[in-house]
Amino acid sequence: MNKIPVASYLASIYLFFYLPIVVLIIYSFNSAQYSLMWHGFSLRWYHELFADTDLWIAALHSLVLGVIAATIAMCIGSLAAISLYRYQFSGRKLLYGLVFILILSPDIVMGISLLILFSLIKLPLGFTSLLLAHTTFCIPFVVVTVYSRIISFDNYIFEAAKDLGATDTVIFTQIILPLLWPALLAGWLLSFTLSLDDVIISYFVAGPDFEILPLKIYSMVRLGVKPEINALCSVTFALTLLLILLSQLALRKKP
Amino acid sequence: MTINTIVELRGVSKSIHDHQILYDIHLEVQNGEFLTLLGPSGCGKTTLLRLISGFENPTTGTIFINGKSVDGLPPHLRHVHTVFQSYALFPHMTVLENVAFGLRCQHISKQEIDQRVTDVLKIVKLEKYIQRKPEQLSGGQQQRVAIARAVVNRPLVLLLDEPLSSLDYRLRKTMQIELKQLQRTLGITFIFVTHDQEEALSMSDRVVIMHEGGIEQIGTPRQVYEKPQNLTVAKFIGEVNIFDCDILSIDGQHITVSIQGKKRIAKSTHPFAAGQRAHLLVRPEDLRVWGQSEVQDSSDMFPGVVEEVIYKGTTVDLMVRLSNNQLVAATEFFDEDDDRLEYTIGEQVWATWLSGWEVILPYEA
Amino acid sequence: MKHNSGFKQLSLSIIWIWLLLFALLPFALVTIASFLSHSDTRLIEPPFTWINYTQLNNILYLRIFKESFYIAGTCTVICLLVGYPFAYAIAHLNDKIKGVFILLIIIPFWTSSLIRSYSLITILKPKGIINSTLIWLGFIDKPLALLFTNTAVMIGLVYNLLPFMVLPLLTNIERLDNRLIDAARDLGANRFTTFRRIILPLTLPGILSGCILVFLPAMTIFYIPDLLGGSKSILLGNLIQNQFLIAQNWPLGSAISIVFTVLLAILLVIYWRSMRDKTHQDLL
Repeated sequence: MNKIPVASYLASIYLFFYLPIVVLIIYSFNSAQYSLMWHGFSLRWYHELFADTDLWIAALHSLVLGVIAATIAMCIGSLAAISLYRYQFSGRKLLYGLVFILILSPDIVMGISLLILFSLIKLPLGFTSLLLAHTTFCIPFVVVTVYSRIISFDNYIFEAAKDLGATDTVIFTQIILPLLWPALLAGWLLSFTLSLDDVIISYFVAGPDFEILPLKIYSMVRLGVKPEINALCSVTFALTLLLILLSQLALRKKP
Repeated sequence: MTINTIVELRGVSKSIHDHQILYDIHLEVQNGEFLTLLGPSGCGKTTLLRLISGFENPTTGTIFINGKSVDGLPPHLRHVHTVFQSYALFPHMTVLENVAFGLRCQHISKQEIDQRVTDVLKIVKLEKYIQRKPEQLSGGQQQRVAIARAVVNRPLVLLLDEPLSSLDYRLRKTMQIELKQLQRTLGITFIFVTHDQEEALSMSDRVVIMHEGGIEQIGTPRQVYEKPQNLTVAKFIGEVNIFDCDILSIDGQHITVSIQGKKRIAKSTHPFAAGQRAHLLVRPEDLRVWGQSEVQDSSDMFPGVVEEVIYKGTTVDLMVRLSNNQLVAATEFFDEDDDRLEYTIGEQVWATWLSGWEVILPYEA
Repeated sequence: MKHNSGFKQLSLSIIWIWLLLFALLPFALVTIASFLSHSDTRLIEPPFTWINYTQLNNILYLRIFKESFYIAGTCTVICLLVGYPFAYAIAHLNDKIKGVFILLIIIPFWTSSLIRSYSLITILKPKGIINSTLIWLGFIDKPLALLFTNTAVMIGLVYNLLPFMVLPLLTNIERLDNRLIDAARDLGANRFTTFRRIILPLTLPGILSGCILVFLPAMTIFYIPDLLGGSKSILLGNLIQNQFLIAQNWPLGSAISIVFTVLLAILLVIYWRSMRDKTHQDLL
């Protein structure tokens, strides 16, 4: 293969991926309000950002929501993945298929269907509705992450443990959990980012009493470009980057 | 059941999803013996092992361990332990933790665990590696950890499911000797599964030859090799030349047969009758091939042409096409007294064997 | 396994109950709602009716359906054409730098798509980077209208969804046995034949998964047309969102979703069928 065309092709795609984000980060440090012109380095927009209490509350809400939803999804999803792997039961294929359909099913359909459910059972839209929705769309991703890890195990180690007298509880706490924690962590981080990033489903099931960051950003962004949003997006991007690097480290480490 | 029987299978059969895997198995395993289940893959030998270990339950029949029926008893209550083909060591635990796992499950005191683990690791010569993880050990060492992990629980029987098949040839040879020595040291009954007949013959006290879900023959390595009970066993264990013959007359153990128009006297305890058809089996190493000039009396010899000469170092293997177009294999050993082991392809030769070295079996269509 | 089955029962009941309550039941409700009516006082009420479906047979809705499929399809084709050579090139990098390059694709894959769409505004707006650069270079006199056009929506979709095409392709191409390509070349196939007869069929699963992962969200990410596009209801997602949150016509919104879901299901079934035929072919 010819090296130069290939390299320039790769470079232009990566440029396409990263140029907008880089520009956004640069302009978050620009002191001018509207102009594209560089008016000098400034932390002004970050100061304004940190002074915006509403935004902080929304961010805190998102964080709390993300942590709880990811934790519940991790527990339920990994239990499901372990059961899918270890047990034969009627409906096993159905469960497996359902998980895949949920991953592929459009967010918007999940959003409106949960909206109808919540209004039918008269659940006020707010933290609880968001938590239920986020946990639901995270579970299938945890199942897939954990399942793909668990099938790489030697099936006989479970038989060996049983043979040596281990109960299901011992097998779970001393064999499965220690071997699975990288996948559990990866599943948790994936759920956490999915929860932090979700706009479409939250848009339908969020209420006015519990504002979350993505929807806050969405409403700000719809009103047009403001340097403060640049700063906010830069911070969020930096945090996501950190999470990705952490999860990569967790996955790369093999027990 | 004799006093010395440790495991007994009575009329055991197994089907999975309407597919019959084992048919009416009767087997008695003696305490302290090294018993091998030998057969091609798919013959049911691993299933038989899993029935004994308790990972599967028989469809019919009963299994007795130490005189008691183990019907419905889970694996860890049977006093038998398994060494898996892949070793199935816990990858996140050290050698020590792996070996101590079973004892910890039984909530034995820490002191006793330490003592027993140290003892058993000494026996398998791994006392220097107790803090290593399985991935830091060689294949042979992992194998020994797997054995130590099983025997530390003092099982009555150790079940080994093709434990050597993932090792390379040289290591496998070493491990065969080590396993046999270990079994003698421990005095525990070993039930060993393999598809490698050489492995089975060299390690076992007794061999169980299985084929398509049934037992074909049980016997010492020597018995199954020298006195196969049927063609399946004869073909599976080692190479064999099979001649069709007609029984002419019987005089006690001496049977006169006719093969390709030649008369020969053979020995057999099998109740044959004159006029029956039969198979006459000769192992390649028992078949002698003579050059034209070496033979005076060729009345009980079979003429043929050398088709292939394969030099093997200690032996020379020959393929000889007999006059009836049958191809036979012969293995000739180098012999100080006989310097004539030079065969050329296309050479006219005479093939024969010593009377009494053959096996006669009933005719199978 | 009769022993210790408490653990099994517990974990299975939890997952089943959760999925039944929050995935299957809600979807059943959408289906039911699509056959009901609505009034000013209540969002959903009896009687049963077909009207929400018959109403869809309307030039306006049909146009949106057609438009959505067209845009999502075009976006998928662009992602495939751009993403395939990209994935192929990355798969053939040496192992040391490949990890870094793959991580660089995963980062946008995981970053908030809202933020990335927003960042495009900075680039595309009249005084944004592209226009400024073109003016500075002297190609144009006044800024091109990039923002709030269908082109901007398309750029936004491709920008957001390209990683979803590249990643499955990459896994598939990496698994490809390079000796097969050598063998084909050795047997006298030229580059084009090797690609068409060997590489393409073997990477078809990756191509199909990538297309599905791009096509499905492309129709429903309503905030991309919202932020970058001109007309409001350009995609199905916007239409559904409108019916639920602005027009407050839930039954109609449900009917649109059901039709949409059925169409997607048909596509998925076709996909699974073709994958199965593919494996059959491999066996032959």
